[in-house]
Amino acid sequence: MKLTLSIWRQKNPGSKGKFVSYPVEVPNGEMSVLECLDVLNETLSERGEEPVAFEHDCREGICGTCGFMINGVAHGPMPATTICQLTMRHFKDGEELVMEPWRSRAFPFVKDLVVDRRSFDRIIQSGGYVSVSTGNVPDGNAIPIGKDDADRSMDAAACIGCGACVAACPNGSAALFTGAKIAHLGILPQGKPEQDRRAVQMVAQMNAEGFGSCTNIGECTGVCPKEIPLEAIAKMNHDYLLGAWKERKSVVTAIAPVTGWEFGEK
Amino acid sequence: MKLDARIPTGPIEDAWDSAKFEMKLVNPANKRRHNLIVVGSGLAGASAAATLGELGYNVKCFCFQDSPRRAHSIAAQGGINAAKNYQNDGDSIYRLFYDTVKGGDFRAREGNVYRLAQNSVHIIDQCVAQGVPFAREYGGSLENRSFGGAQVSRTFYARGQTGQQLLLGAYQALERQVDAGQVTMIPRTEMLDLIVIDGQARGIVARNLITGKLSVHLAEAVILATGGYGNVYYLSTNAKGSNATAIWRAHKRGALFANPCFTQIHPTCIPVSGDYQSKLTLMSESLRNDGRIWVPKQKGDKRRPDQIPEDERDYYLERKYPAFGNLVPRDVASRNAKAVCDEGRGVGETGLGVYLDFADAIQRLGVETIRDSYGNLFDMYQRITDEDPYKVPMRIYPAMHYTMGGLWVDYQLQSTIPGLFVLGEANFSDHGANRLGASALMQGLSDGYFITPYTVGNYLASSKLKDVKASDPAVQAALTATEQGIAKLLSIKGKRTVDSFHRELGKIMWDDCGMSRNAAGLRDAIGRIRALREEFWQNLNVPGSGDDLNQSLEKAGRVADFFELGELICIDALERNESCGGHFREEYQTPEGEAQRDDEHYGYVAAWGYTGPGNKPELTKEPLEFVYVHPSQRSYK
Repeated sequence: MKLTLSIWRQKNPGSKGKFVSYPVEVPNGEMSVLECLDVLNETLSERGEEPVAFEHDCREGICGTCGFMINGVAHGPMPATTICQLTMRHFKDGEELVMEPWRSRAFPFVKDLVVDRRSFDRIIQSGGYVSVSTGNVPDGNAIPIGKDDADRSMDAAACIGCGACVAACPNGSAALFTGAKIAHLGILPQGKPEQDRRAVQMVAQMNAEGFGSCTNIGECTGVCPKEIPLEAIAKMNHDYLLGAWKERKSVVTAIAPVTGWEFGEK
Repeated sequence: MKLDARIPTGPIEDAWDSAKFEMKLVNPANKRRHNLIVVGSGLAGASAAATLGELGYNVKCFCFQDSPRRAHSIAAQGGINAAKNYQNDGDSIYRLFYDTVKGGDFRAREGNVYRLAQNSVHIIDQCVAQGVPFAREYGGSLENRSFGGAQVSRTFYARGQTGQQLLLGAYQALERQVDAGQVTMIPRTEMLDLIVIDGQARGIVARNLITGKLSVHLAEAVILATGGYGNVYYLSTNAKGSNATAIWRAHKRGALFANPCFTQIHPTCIPVSGDYQSKLTLMSESLRNDGRIWVPKQKGDKRRPDQIPEDERDYYLERKYPAFGNLVPRDVASRNAKAVCDEGRGVGETGLGVYLDFADAIQRLGVETIRDSYGNLFDMYQRITDEDPYKVPMRIYPAMHYTMGGLWVDYQLQSTIPGLFVLGEANFSDHGANRLGASALMQGLSDGYFITPYTVGNYLASSKLKDVKASDPAVQAALTATEQGIAKLLSIKGKRTVDSFHRELGKIMWDDCGMSRNAAGLRDAIGRIRALREEFWQNLNVPGSGDDLNQSLEKAGRVADFFELGELICIDALERNESCGGHFREEYQTPEGEAQRDDEHYGYVAAWGYTGPGNKPELTKEPLEFVYVHPSQRSYK
């Protein structure tokens, strides 16, 4: 099978980028899209050209490192599949695959298909946890959690933080990512004490990062490799509404977004 | 060198409690004066960094990924063991301890393993409190399942994503400390050297992978939690970025490397499909709870599996090991898969595969129950192979998965360099020659949440630590050496890519130092690794420069270390004239083909010291004593 990969090449945020077309040959349908890029990169390296920078790590669809657009769809055409698990058998001989990075104001560009997703970490920092320190806990079975609640929490907790939801959203909203964490923790009794504060702070951080607002389009859940349900956003809105009223006297401060790569080194 | 493991004396049940009482404490007000470095943000690193931050230390935590949540602990599927005995099936701390020592084929320290079993129960409590959504019964209590190498159900799990959920728990605890200002998280940054001053670990040299800038970070103690070295074999279940550079460079600065040849081949992975293959995908061991493993009785039987009648199938694990059946430990399951494939009875196009069949389980329990337990694994299998495991048996084959060996540490998890602590898979301490399923998550979290926070404090309170500055000659020497190393890689400008070298190294390792090994093959492998390494330094081509994101350059540095470590793995395997756990030497087997240990001559930990480039490494032995679990021929029959 012969394909053409049209890949966004851009050396750094300051330089001008463009699509470059590369013909590739695919020996076997079981090959993944990333393995196809590996083979292309081997060829480029042998020719002395710079390989295409793209992110990947576990290649099992769980670490959330990989991801870019293929023909305008985040993670490509297969539902519930990250790009590392997308096999070439889903493409036809002669097809052109247009590959470009996630594009969002809150994901600053780095190189080729690589962007900076630290804004997601800051959303978690702002309240995406249960405030419990090591050691200060009761027995695991002390608080019963019904199977249905545990399952619903797990449905939301399955988020891998890849950023596809943001890339797919016409508004560049991070509502599905943020809602998934609010739902994961808010459904469980362990997360209840901080439910109000968590929603208010995480939403404030999401806004401070420059993510857009949610207008219930649903592209996010459509491309989500873990099929996080849209109800996570409903849960976020619910918790936010209640929290904003109950916490109306609290001062909410967001963490200042950082885009540089200096960490106070000597 | 004499190794002192500092294992407490007295009854094993009280050892950890009395050790904790003996430890010196750091006054709460003084903790903020201490700077600590944690390298790695997986289960061990994130849990250690978060807990040390909670205690009040100033922590810097490094990871090479874009976020700490990406660490490869996230990919662990099946579960985490804990001796809770919630199932009332006879489990206890002592039994988990016993199973782990036996499962490790009597090459682990009893004291460490007992403490691990004790901590296991606290880990579950901690994770539940963090909001880890473990599987539950309808009544609301925690659910368990059984796992390889055990006859009790002690494995806690969150669907097939247990590692993900435990890591997110630790990651969230870590981010909470980042928000509190206790931990500074430094992502996309790779440790390239350890700074040792007056014999103590005092900092690291790191490279920012986006800007290429080198930086020096100083501290009172350095904690490495950088995972295992399975990627020496190129094809493995590890993440592509998993590497041994941090532990290897610490080894070159004086930390002994223990039992490098103890590597684990996982029995249930999706078979290789072609030369372009970049990694192997694990299918959780939990599948062996309900799947039955078989191959055709006849050699070269090319019929479809559904056309092979029951009496022409060989359920070889159930036949050979009736007591454990399909749930034998990983090393036994892997070796038997290789044996039937070597006989020519393997399945699939390459003949390197065996069936894992769910037909009986689906008939017994129904499709929905199976989907509930393994749905995401079945989906993953289908995505990759285009076959539906609800209808057609899975094809599986063993793959490199985990490394029991690692930097030598004492009971306090301190390496042979004072102030350098090593956690999780990066150390060698708890799994002996073979790790049982669902024990890696347990060890990572035990080390990070419940051991290091005590032992690092003890080290700080009982050591004299002078002020060090970046201008110190040792710091400048480490910085210069790192700069030169990078410049060298970029200057070769040869013809071959990093991956082509890595793939060839991996093939040598897999063929001659994989599931079974022999002296002649190992000697040959050592020679070929050396020759290939020489070619690497003559003929490597790294495109691009060192001052921006350059993934080829990152890989080149890591592969350079894999060459040296690969050779040490073979040297260790050659030196250990016995078979034990994952280390199977063909010359040493029982008449039934099982591993034949030699406790009299090899009942020790082999700790190797670095003696300079190209020199033979120096072996120091730490004898192992077994007071509680008497070494016996492991039997799962």
